Amino acid sequence: MATTDFTLAELLICTCADVWREDGEVLATGIGIIPRLAQGLAKLTHSPELMITDGEAYLTEEPVVLGSKNHEGRRYGGWMPYARVFDNVWGGRRHALVGPVQVDRWGQANISCIGEFAKPKRQLLGLRGFPGNSINHVNSFFVPNHGPRVFVDKEVDVVCSVGYKPERWPAGVKQDYMRIHRIVTDLCVMDFGGRNDEGGHAIRVISLHPGITFEQVQAATGFPLLKAGNLGETAHPTEEQLAIIRRLDPKDMRSKQIKDNPPGIRS
Amino acid sequence: MALNKELSAKDIVAQLRDGMTIGIGGWGPRRKPMAIVREILRSDLKDLTLVGYGGTDMGMLAAAGKVKKLIYAFVSLDFIPLEPFFRKAREAGTLQGIELDEGQLHWGLRAAAMRIPFLPTRVGLGTDQLTKVYPELRTVTSPYDDGEVLLAVPAIKLDVALLHVHKADRLGNVRLYAPDPFFDELFARAADRSYVSCEELVDRIDGDEIDARFNLVERNLVNGVALTPGGAHPTSNVSIQGGGYGWDAAHLKRYCAAAEEDGGWQRYVEEFLRGDEAAYQQAVGGADAILKLPRQVF
Repeated sequence: MATTDFTLAELLICTCADVWREDGEVLATGIGIIPRLAQGLAKLTHSPELMITDGEAYLTEEPVVLGSKNHEGRRYGGWMPYARVFDNVWGGRRHALVGPVQVDRWGQANISCIGEFAKPKRQLLGLRGFPGNSINHVNSFFVPNHGPRVFVDKEVDVVCSVGYKPERWPAGVKQDYMRIHRIVTDLCVMDFGGRNDEGGHAIRVISLHPGITFEQVQAATGFPLLKAGNLGETAHPTEEQLAIIRRLDPKDMRSKQIKDNPPGIRS
Repeated sequence: MALNKELSAKDIVAQLRDGMTIGIGGWGPRRKPMAIVREILRSDLKDLTLVGYGGTDMGMLAAAGKVKKLIYAFVSLDFIPLEPFFRKAREAGTLQGIELDEGQLHWGLRAAAMRIPFLPTRVGLGTDQLTKVYPELRTVTSPYDDGEVLLAVPAIKLDVALLHVHKADRLGNVRLYAPDPFFDELFARAADRSYVSCEELVDRIDGDEIDARFNLVERNLVNGVALTPGGAHPTSNVSIQGGGYGWDAAHLKRYCAAAEEDGGWQRYVEEFLRGDEAAYQQAVGGADAILKLPRQVF
């Protein structure tokens, strides 16, 4: 049963969990507290076939509880050291939900640095796994601070993960294995189901979080957005989902993920 | 004559030379051969090219002015996403670096291990790596009917690999009981010579069939072994056999705070690196305290 008493963080966990629906037996990787809770929620609800790790080097069928003090009681179905993570990445058997710092209209994302690469204004994480993830398997983005500094008007400062910009795909370079599935933000959910003037993929808003308007989303975005034909409100969490979230996060770490921990229904 | 590859960390560093390309195993704040790194910090070595999944190893050696060039997939302390001295050097524009995708780095080491000039991959195509980050990268075209254009990751040949493991013997056999061996094996295979620090050193490991599966590489790739209990500190050295230790979060926070102060690195050196390894361990709370640091839970 849907409810009206939930925080924005809880709404986002449920919305993020949905990115893995109908993915099959892929390695689901959610990076950060909200995406990680989302991967566990997805596995315990609609997608038990997902493979997830304990946050380190082992596969587990039971999502680990955040904030555990020790490894007692953990049971593992298998081993997933980084060497095998790359095997899953390069073999296309993974769907990661990652948090880019900048995203452009083509879905290209940056986590390397702000400004010039040779002498950055601000050093960020670096390329990390973005080039390999993005060209090999499905990815979704989680952006908890939807604004024009994230969704930039031009191209991102350093293209770390590939997108749908045709100039980046010269003849012979295989684009077949890349797909950006969803972008979940604190305002809305978007995908690449729109079409731009050249017939390429364009970002469209597919649902608005409770109390948010399309105009608000557009004002917080550095490029023009499309509206999905059936644009509606993002589904509210159910009591069942909230109970699972509370069980996976008994210390309420989720309440510290978004400034002031706002309610899920904003006015 | 029976093999005896035992050396001290200091002996190992005495075999290194200015300008060498040195690969360091481990991953961020995990299982770095820090006792050997500290000996490098105490030495006159300079102009090093460092290769790895960097943590305090790269940060400290950069802070000390020992680094000419970094070849890295990241330089991170995990719970502190950016190594503070790495960030400083990058933002000052003083660090010559090659930034690789995490998977590309293992691919370059593998090419070197197989003594071929490059290995192809799609990873990196379509990004700014080829334009802004590492413009020397080249592509190759498949000679088969598909004609696909791929990126050629150049071999990352190492002069020396430095690794930290749980156990070794004087013949050079090693045992690594970590949850994740990361790419330490490839570092050893990509290097002309490998040196290993360990928590426990014996004359000869005579394991059973299960134990033998934990040998990281064959002993003919290991040129020297040094006994350095607690030698990964302040990084972690978890063992799935029990024992082992977590990373020292309090010490790492303090180290990061030093990066924010003027002259912070010099003060860190004064406080922790003026003496030998025993003095270092004393300064950080003692050898027993290091070995008792609890494993991090994720």
